[in-house]
Amino acid sequence: MNIDHDKIFRSKRNKQNFAFWTFRILSFGIAGILFWILGFIVMHGIKVISWDFITKMPEDGMTKGGIMPAIVGTLTLVAGSIIFAFPLGIMAGIYMNEYAREGFLKRFIQVMTNNLAGIPSIVFGLFGMSLFVNKLHFGDSILAGSLTLGILVLPIVIRTTEEALKAVDDSFRIGSLALGASKWQTTSRVILPSAFPNIITGLILSIGRVSGETAPILFTCAAYFLPKLPHSIMDQVMALPYHLYVIATSGTNITESRPIAYGTALVLIAIVLIMNILANILRRYFGKKVKTN
Amino acid sequence: MLTVMEEKIASTEVPIIPKQEIPASNVVEQKIKIQTKGVNLHYGEFHALKGITMTMQEKTVTALIGPSGCGKSTYLRLFNRMNDLIPNVNIEGYVLVDGKDIYERGVHVDELRKNVGMVFQKPNPFPKTIFENVAYGLRVNGITDKNFIAERVERSLEQAALWDEVKDKMKKSAFELSGGQQQRLCIARALAVEPSILLMDEPASALDPISSAKIEELIYELKSKYTIIIVTHNMQQAGRVSDHTAFFYMGELIETNTTKEIFTNPQNIRTQNYITGRFG
Amino acid sequence: MQKLFLQKSICNRVKFFRKLLERLIEGLLMLSGGLTSLIVVLIVVFLFREGLGIFGSPSMETSSVLVVNKSNPIKSLTAAQIKNIFDQNITHWNEIGGKKDTIILFRIDDLTNYVSEEEVGANLENVPACLNKVVDSIPNILAFLPANKIPKNFKGVIVPSEKISPGTFLGGKEWFPTAEPAAQMGVLPLILGTLLVSFVAILIALPLGLSTAIYMGEIAPDGIRRIMKPVIELLAGIPSVVYGFFGLVVIVPLIKNAFGLDVGETALSGSIILAIMALPTIITISEDAMRNTPRAMKEASLALGATKWQTIYKVVIPYSASGITAAAILGIGRAVGETMAVLMVTGNASVMPHSILQPVRTIPATIAAELGEAPQGGLHYQALFALGCILFLITLIINLSVESISKRKKGERH
Ligand SMILES: Nc1ncnc2c1ncn2[C@@H]1O[C@H](COP(=O)(O)OP(=O)(O)OP(=O)(O)O)[C@@H](O)[C@H]1O
Ligand SMILES: [Mg+2]
Repeated sequence: MNIDHDKIFRSKRNKQNFAFWTFRILSFGIAGILFWILGFIVMHGIKVISWDFITKMPEDGMTKGGIMPAIVGTLTLVAGSIIFAFPLGIMAGIYMNEYAREGFLKRFIQVMTNNLAGIPSIVFGLFGMSLFVNKLHFGDSILAGSLTLGILVLPIVIRTTEEALKAVDDSFRIGSLALGASKWQTTSRVILPSAFPNIITGLILSIGRVSGETAPILFTCAAYFLPKLPHSIMDQVMALPYHLYVIATSGTNITESRPIAYGTALVLIAIVLIMNILANILRRYFGKKVKTN
Repeated sequence: MLTVMEEKIASTEVPIIPKQEIPASNVVEQKIKIQTKGVNLHYGEFHALKGITMTMQEKTVTALIGPSGCGKSTYLRLFNRMNDLIPNVNIEGYVLVDGKDIYERGVHVDELRKNVGMVFQKPNPFPKTIFENVAYGLRVNGITDKNFIAERVERSLEQAALWDEVKDKMKKSAFELSGGQQQRLCIARALAVEPSILLMDEPASALDPISSAKIEELIYELKSKYTIIIVTHNMQQAGRVSDHTAFFYMGELIETNTTKEIFTNPQNIRTQNYITGRFG
Repeated sequence: MQKLFLQKSICNRVKFFRKLLERLIEGLLMLSGGLTSLIVVLIVVFLFREGLGIFGSPSMETSSVLVVNKSNPIKSLTAAQIKNIFDQNITHWNEIGGKKDTIILFRIDDLTNYVSEEEVGANLENVPACLNKVVDSIPNILAFLPANKIPKNFKGVIVPSEKISPGTFLGGKEWFPTAEPAAQMGVLPLILGTLLVSFVAILIALPLGLSTAIYMGEIAPDGIRRIMKPVIELLAGIPSVVYGFFGLVVIVPLIKNAFGLDVGETALSGSIILAIMALPTIITISEDAMRNTPRAMKEASLALGATKWQTIYKVVIPYSASGITAAAILGIGRAVGETMAVLMVTGNASVMPHSILQPVRTIPATIAAELGEAPQGGLHYQALFALGCILFLITLIINLSVESISKRKKGERH
């Protein structure tokens, strides 16, 4: 049998080149999409952003003025939800990784946590409305909204904590326990400090996630327009993502409020971007520190 | 280009083995198959091979021995450019196969690897059928003729002394075979593409003594057609199967000679210590 | 002697308290560990309590009734028939199995066309009696009347309104939850809309995502991978309203012009945005799976002269098939549940989807758009919660199947 090896080699190399160039181009295309979206919003939004924009109330049916109450609202909701979710999530993560024994219970909790993480955000909205707003009579309020958002990030916090703890070398645990330290002493003085950088980075990223969520706050706290800032946790609030939705789709004058929409989108993206950069800086900083030690 | 290269090699002092010391079976014709000259390899900062210059004859078995971590596998993986897969590897010097520098620009690794087969320490069949495992190399090299593939698969399995054991279960998963059978399957897989060189990295270390003996027997038979380089920790094995032996220590080639010479009359004290089991 | 004893007892007490503290902390941690399970249970309870209420409820509000003449053989109407009659799509009784005659629709406002103002009375006190007379005198009447105006000795026949069953709910092709006289609670167009938008999204996202995963995992040099990682992370971090807004101002006009449509808010616009949003999930998970291919497998293939590409599609992809499947399923899950972006770009027409260049409405978008206007506890409100249940069940199935895929994978390795 006569086999033309040269031809075969050429053809398979050509196939590889073709495939690899396709992948390369598609991948850069996807990175391109990100930069397109970012670029588009930044280009249009930057014209609107000013000190007044972020410190003033909306005016003229939200076609002029600023978005200060929405920024304040979002920050309030983020604060409210993390006050609730971070401690509980970290504790749950510690339990799962340090205390829970392999077996049915652990497996069950894991499956439940994964399920919770997979539930769409609008379902959290329904749940929050039915439990916090109606059943517990919180009404549309910061409290109801924060709790709903808190439940939404809880599985993320748990997973982050678990991953961070898993990355801690077992020799730390064994070493500390061997010295006669109790389980909690080991966890709190040895394990947690070394897992801390990873936990913090994960948590910072989750803040970005919370600040952009819309569906869960639609029916639990978000207000279309409020003339003044909220006074208590039982008040409604404006929030950036909901504000963007409203002025982009159903405001009194969609074309005139378009610049405001770009500005709002930019502020939202800026929050996410800052959180991402912060997380990456911390990752690098802690990474270096660990190495030099 | 080539002639320049050959001149360079001709002018270097490589330990040419005197004729009378070559075992009878290899007297037929001596041809240099593989040659390395001043090869330095770095894994990042780590200097893993230090100026290795060595020659391997065609259709002989060369054993690479030395304590763990001395660079045997690294050296072996030079010849089919497997080290290229590892990031941060830096290679200097010349590696010649059939007189051609395989690290030169324009050399295609797939062509090289078709010619230089490799058997790994742990049997690593694909999660496919026995037949498909052996046929894999043919398929990826563009052969589509069904009869040809079937014939070649059978012949390779026969060469690897596995045919009789598997001929009735070619459609079964390769994982159903025993460890020793899996390793012979991997040898058959390597033979199917008809390489001229076979690299074996501790091919019998994960196997039981009987399977191990079978592999040794196989190597002995294969050397009439292939140039074989084998890494082994087992001194008896090296003594039984190889014609030449090279002793490595901390990335350096300490001594290379005929196996008989190395085992009976080592020139270097470290070689002597190693083969007599005083360290390593 | 005594001192020593005292010290010992203090020592014991300290030890005791420390042990107690340990137990306490462990209990606390355990409680928070169980929190997610509790929340899932609560979600199920609250969602289904409201949502299941819809089954067995009449499709008409109890404050009004439909009435026919007692000579009319038709004694019941489905919600769909009622709607068709009032939309004038059905004009004769024989179309729904009755007599040959035209259906005469009657609403309370029409009363003065049949009786004089005096008969009704200055204070409308005689309305029930008049209604009685009118219904009794017109054999082909179908009257839509307020329940409190029906007199005691009523001569007409009240048509019992159809109860909403899982069959009519899931199989119904019309979604007009606020339609009068009978609400149309068919969620089939919403379910199909959701599935259509999501599947097209995955069809777009899967090849793109896999390509990127292969590029990042197997081809790209370290430097580029280090840049791509945060890019993908950021893509995952962009809020869905921002995607929706971008879709609204960029993708929608693009689709409109590209296909010469009247409106750019189509299923395709939604799918494109969802595809972008599902990409990070698909990329990260499938890249992870590919990275788990044992090095020995790849080396074995390369050592036989296979090219990198051959190794990828003959060894790496088959080996990570289950991970890639999981990635696709999770991507679908992400798409099915996505609310804001879809709400903003798909046009939200609750019709049975026929083409991807038409507006469609998805389940999450329906909930988001309508829950604000649905009175708490009403039929519409319950229907939206029932939609939430469907969404929950879909995502539950998705999560559990991913769970079982990854479990099987683990089993294989051992
Ligand atoms: N990918 C790598 N990156 C960094 N260093 C490596 C890498 N692979 C091997 N080394 C180092 O290079 C040296 C030689 O390794 P090699 O695998 O060649 O040893 P060996 O002689 O085959 O040992 P063994 O008998 O245990 O297989 C070792 O010190 C090892 O730590
Ligand atoms: Mg080795």
